[in-house]
Amino acid sequence: MEEAIKTAIPSSADGMSRIDGRAKVTGKAKYAAEYRPDGLAYGVLAGSTIAKGTVTAIDIARAEKAPGVLAVVTHFNSPKVPGHQKPKKPTKKAGPILVFNDNVIHYNGQPIAMVIADTYERALYAASLVKATYNKQAHDTKPPSDISMGIAPWGKDSVRGEADAWKNAPFKLEQEYVIPTEVHNPMELHAIIAKWDGADKLTVWDKTQGTQATRDDIAKAFNIPAANVQVIAKFVGGAFGSALQVWPHEIAAILGAKLVRRPVKLVLHRQDMFTSVGHRPYTWQKVGIGATADGKLVGITHEAVGQTSTYEDFAEGPINVSKGLYACPNVTTRYKLLSLNIGTPTWMRGPGEATGAFALESALDELSYQVKIDPVQLRLINYAKVDPENGKPYSSKYLDEAYKMGADQIGWENRRQEAGAVKKDGWLVGYGMGGGMFGAYRDSATVKAVMRADGTLLLQTAVTDIGPGTGTAMVLIAADIMGLPADKIKFEMGDSSLPNAPMQGGSATTATVGGAVYDACTELKQKFQKLIGNGGTDNPDYAKILSDKNLAGLDVTTQSSLGADAQNKYSMQAWSVHFTRVLVHPATGVVKIDKVVSVADSGKVISQKTARSQLIGGAIGGIGMALMEDAIIDHRYGRYVNNNFADYHVPVNADIPQMEALFVNKPDSHINAMGAKGMAEISLIGMAAAVANAVFNATGKRVRDLPITPDKLI
Amino acid sequence: MENEKFGMDARQQTDLKDPSRRSFIKQSSLLTAVALTPATALKAAEDHLDEQIAGVLEKLPLRMEVNGEMHNLSVEPRATLLDILREEMDLTGTKKGCDHGQCGACTVHVDGQRVNSCLTLGIMVNGKKVTTIEGLAKGDVLHPMQEAFLKHDGFQCGYCTPGQIMSAVACINEGHANSEGEIREYMSGNICRCGAYPNIVNAIMDVKNGGMEA
Repeated sequence: MEEAIKTAIPSSADGMSRIDGRAKVTGKAKYAAEYRPDGLAYGVLAGSTIAKGTVTAIDIARAEKAPGVLAVVTHFNSPKVPGHQKPKKPTKKAGPILVFNDNVIHYNGQPIAMVIADTYERALYAASLVKATYNKQAHDTKPPSDISMGIAPWGKDSVRGEADAWKNAPFKLEQEYVIPTEVHNPMELHAIIAKWDGADKLTVWDKTQGTQATRDDIAKAFNIPAANVQVIAKFVGGAFGSALQVWPHEIAAILGAKLVRRPVKLVLHRQDMFTSVGHRPYTWQKVGIGATADGKLVGITHEAVGQTSTYEDFAEGPINVSKGLYACPNVTTRYKLLSLNIGTPTWMRGPGEATGAFALESALDELSYQVKIDPVQLRLINYAKVDPENGKPYSSKYLDEAYKMGADQIGWENRRQEAGAVKKDGWLVGYGMGGGMFGAYRDSATVKAVMRADGTLLLQTAVTDIGPGTGTAMVLIAADIMGLPADKIKFEMGDSSLPNAPMQGGSATTATVGGAVYDACTELKQKFQKLIGNGGTDNPDYAKILSDKNLAGLDVTTQSSLGADAQNKYSMQAWSVHFTRVLVHPATGVVKIDKVVSVADSGKVISQKTARSQLIGGAIGGIGMALMEDAIIDHRYGRYVNNNFADYHVPVNADIPQMEALFVNKPDSHINAMGAKGMAEISLIGMAAAVANAVFNATGKRVRDLPITPDKLI
Repeated sequence: MENEKFGMDARQQTDLKDPSRRSFIKQSSLLTAVALTPATALKAAEDHLDEQIAGVLEKLPLRMEVNGEMHNLSVEPRATLLDILREEMDLTGTKKGCDHGQCGACTVHVDGQRVNSCLTLGIMVNGKKVTTIEGLAKGDVLHPMQEAFLKHDGFQCGYCTPGQIMSAVACINEGHANSEGEIREYMSGNICRCGAYPNIVNAIMDVKNGGMEA
C-alpha cells in the first residue's frame, strides 16, 4: 500500500459547540409533547389484537363511563376525515391506513380506538377497557426467503452488460444474506399536540422531519387551506426516517381535538413504535459475484426481496449499491416486494443501501479470501472512476484516499488474510472493512436573512433538526460569509410558517439549506456593500451602516437550488468506509467491538464537532444492525414479541469503544458553494459488513443473517 | 389493611376495581355528603362535577421538594413521578422514552440517588428531595457536567441528554467513574439512539478529572 495519508483525528472537544446545546443540556429544549395549550386533553390509542380480519364490534361502554373520559373514538362513531372520503385511483392495494375509517385490520396493533380523557392516567386506564371482537382471517407475517416470492415493483430485471455473467468467472461465489426487521426507535416517542384555532384553522406541535410536508398532508386530509395549518417542530428527538410522513396517530389526534373541542396530546407508547411508524424492512438477498485471478470483477448479480404491508408498497434500493459501488461491466439486479400483515416499512437511515451494502460488502470480503487479495486492494482494483451506470464523471470522489486513511488508522497491516490467525489474551482478533455510497442530493430551499439594527443576523427557514446539528452548521456558513462571530447569528427553524425548506431526509439538509444560507448571506452582504459604495469593505460594521443610513434593518429572502447543468453533467455521490477490529471470545461467542475507524468522503466539513458526532453515531447504528437489532414476530399471532428496549437490543454505552472519525474533507465544487455533501446515511452504510467481515477474520465463521449473536458463533 | 393508611375504606377499594364506579358515584350518597340538593346533584353530574369529585377522591397528598422548592400536590396514586413532573409541574426536561425503566431518559435524583422516574410512583417520593435537569445549573451557571456535555458534544438530538446528565452526575458521586470501562458499565442504563456514547464517556472523564463539585 502507498504511503498513508496522515490526518489529525478530531477529538470530541474540537470545533464549535452546538448553538442549541445549552437548551439541550438544561432541559429547556421543547419537543413535540412538551407544550401546554389551555384545556389540554390526552389521547391514548388502543390497537387491534389480530393481524388480519375485520372488526365486528367494539365495546366502548366501560371506557366511556370511566372517570375523566371525554370521548372514545372508533370507526363506528368517528366523524369522517374529509380527505379520506375522496375516491382513490383504483390500485391493487388499499392504500395508507385511514384511521377510524373502516373495519379492516391489516396488521396486529393497528389503531382501532382512541380514548380522550382529561388526564393521561385516566385515558390510559380507559383505553384498557376498550374491547373489540373480530372476524379473524388467516394472516401471513412470514418474511421472504427466496426470489420467487413477491412481486417486482419496477417490472423486469435490471441488466448492465451480460446477465448473470459472474457465473462464468474463474473465481466466484453465490450466497444469501438476511437483514431482519430493524426499528428506528428514536428516543423521543412519536408525539403530537393538535389544537384547533377555529373551524378550519389548526396548530400542531408534532414530531416530524418536515414541517411543511406535514402541514400539506394534514391540510389535504382535513380539506382546509395549507396556510391555515401551522406545524411546529422546534426540537425533534431523533427520527432516522420514522418522521418523514404523516402517520395515523397524527390524524387521530387532530380528529380527536376537533371532536372534544380541546387540544389533544397523543404520545405513542414504545410498543407502538414497532408497528405504527415504519421500520427497515426484513430483506432477503442473494449475491452472485465473480472475478478473475487478479481480482477484476467479472459480474455481480444481486437479488433482493423486501417485506412490505398488504395495503401499501414500500420499495427501496438495496440492489443499487451493486450497480454503483464498483467498476463492474456486468451487473444484474432483481428486486421484489412480499406483502405481509405488518405495518408498512419506511425509510430508515441509509434506506436500501445499508441493507444492500451488507450483502455486497460481505460478498466482496468472501471473494477476497478466494482470490487471496487484501479486501482494500480488491476494492482499489475495481475502483470506479466514473459512474458505472451512466459513464458520468463524479462531481468529486476521494474514496481511495478514504481507504488509505482508514487502513492506516486501524492498523490494517496487523490483519492477516487468513481467518482465526490472530489471538490476544484468549480472544480471537479480527479486522474487517466495509464501505458504502449514497446519492449526494441538493433540493430547493428558501432562507430569509435579516440584519438587525444591533448588528445581529437572523436566519429563518422551515427546516427541522432531528439531531445532526443543522442550526450549528448553518450559523457557521453564515458567520464565514458575513464575517460575524457565531454568537451574533440566530437561526430560526422548525416552523412551517417560515420560508420554504424540504424535509430533513436523504442526507440533503446541509447541501440544500446550507446552499440557501450561503446565497442569502452573500446577497445580503452585497446589499450592504452597495450601501457603503466604492466597492464596499471586507468586514462591514453592519450596525453602524444601518444607523448611518437610518435603517431599522436590512433583509433578503433567497431561494436556492442545484442548477440543472451540474445535475446533468455529474454523478453526485458521497462515500464512506468503515474499519473495525473485533474481539471474539472463542467459548462464549461474545463479540466485542475493540476499535472503529470511520472515514467519510462527503466534501468539505462545515461543522467539525457535529460532523464527527454524526459519523460515529451512524457507525454505532451500524454496530446495532450487525450485532443486536432484530424485531421478532411470533407468527402464530402476527405480533412483535420484543417490542421494547429490554428485548429489542440497541447498542448501549458498554457495547461501544472510543470511535474514530476521519474526514477526507475535500470540497465538491459542483454541489454547492461550500463544497459540502451529506453524511447521515453513509455514516451507517457499510458498517454492518465491516463488523461481519471482522468477525469472519477472527473466527472463520461467516454470518450472513444478521444480527451476529453469540449462538451463531459457537 | 394496607389501604387504610391512605384513608380508603374497603368499599372504596372495591369501587376502584369496579369500572362502573362512576355511575355508582353519580347515584351514591357521596354527592349528598357534600350537601348538594338532588337537583343540584343532577346538574353536577351533567356538568361532569361528579368527575371532579371522583378526581378528589382518587387523589392523595404528595409533598416533595423539587429542585430546592417545596411542593404540595394532590396526585393519583397510579401517577408516576415522571408524568407528575412533566404533566402536572411542566418540568419537561425529564423525558419519557419507554415508560418501562428500560431507557433511562427519565432519570432524576431522589435524595441524591439516580432513579428512573417512570418506575417511581409519585407518592413514593413523599417527603423526599427530587432534583431534575432543570435544577442542576445554578442560575445561568451550568453544572460542570452540563458544560462537559456541551464541550464534548455528548448528544445529537438531545432527547436522552437530561437523563444521561443526571445519570452521569450520580455515576461520579457513586464512585463509579474511575475508568472509561467503569463509566461505560455504569452508564449503560441510559440509551442514546443517536450514538453519542464515546462523547458521553469523554465528558464524564473530563468532569471526573477536573474534580467535580458534587
